[in-house]
Amino acid sequence: MKRIDAIAIAAEEAEQLEALLVCNIGYPSRELFAVHDRLGNFYMLGSMGMASSIGLGLALARPERRVIVLDGDGSVLMNLGTLATIANYGPENYLLVILDNCSYGSTGCQPTCTAMRTDLASAASGVGVEDVREVSGPQELREALNGHGVVLAKVEPGNADVPIIPLSPDEIIARFMERCAPRGPRS
Amino acid sequence: MNKIDPSLAVYRGLRRAGIDFAASVPCVNLKELLCLVGSDPGIIHIPVTREEEGVGICAGAWMADRRPALLMQNSGLGNSINALASLDLLYRIPLLMIVSQRGSRGETISGQIPMGRLTEPLLRTMDITVLTPQPAEAEATLSRAWALASGRRTPVAVLLDIDFWRGD
Repeated sequence: MKRIDAIAIAAEEAEQLEALLVCNIGYPSRELFAVHDRLGNFYMLGSMGMASSIGLGLALARPERRVIVLDGDGSVLMNLGTLATIANYGPENYLLVILDNCSYGSTGCQPTCTAMRTDLASAASGVGVEDVREVSGPQELREALNGHGVVLAKVEPGNADVPIIPLSPDEIIARFMERCAPRGPRS
Repeated sequence: MNKIDPSLAVYRGLRRAGIDFAASVPCVNLKELLCLVGSDPGIIHIPVTREEEGVGICAGAWMADRRPALLMQNSGLGNSINALASLDLLYRIPLLMIVSQRGSRGETISGQIPMGRLTEPLLRTMDITVLTPQPAEAEATLSRAWALASGRRTPVAVLLDIDFWRGD
């Protein structure tokens, strides 16, 4: 499964579920913007490692809204403690999807530790996440997006040829927060 | 003259500021405050593993209409600078930082000295407003600190040193 295809599936499901979608820095956000821009997408432009935490804050603050985070293996490795916090405080409306391509895709595809001995699904289970699923194909991913906890989706390394997001940080957050609002329009 | 309980003063300040969401990494000087915050049903309290994670969680909570505070020791400022800069300052996300300032007068642990010296200069370099109230002013200062953070959409840091927690 190509990462951009996994991202397209996640965005489609998020739309169906009226979920807020937080997307990791770099090419993943660019790919999401290219395949399925929606007002309920939060595109990270900095703070590598923070996608899972931003999504957790959203989900805790707004328990009636589903929150899906699209993160990467490199970013989760940079904020590994997030898995322990999710295990202990992650609510039912929160799902972390780790798109694991075993590489730092936005910086030249250097291998991460998941290219070698590290298994982030075991890591998530090891720190106490109860609901951990591993998926490799589109249909499995689609089904897993209804759940909570952590989903590890293996994807191929490499980036799609997509442009830089033409939105300012102010624009990204303003339209996203409109969709976060308690009685905001459908996302 | 009766001494003011510094932890209670900070807690009252959080309440007066309308803080309803807190992430924390402990410090011995935050011990009582963390108990007060943790037992308040009006505040969602998430103990985190690292200060940077707290910055991220608080950012998400603010986007969903909460008023977040991060309770931390100043040694954790170094752990959170990238998130403060390229998340909070970039997207203009407010945050009330309640920082136990170690490495100040009365410090007994040498390892606290380097970040003790660097904390305020680092915050000022980042254009983050620093407030240093005495216990008697803490409640009002925290309320003002959130108003400032929210009005300007930026993090604001309240540094509370060793003397503060002694109630001096």
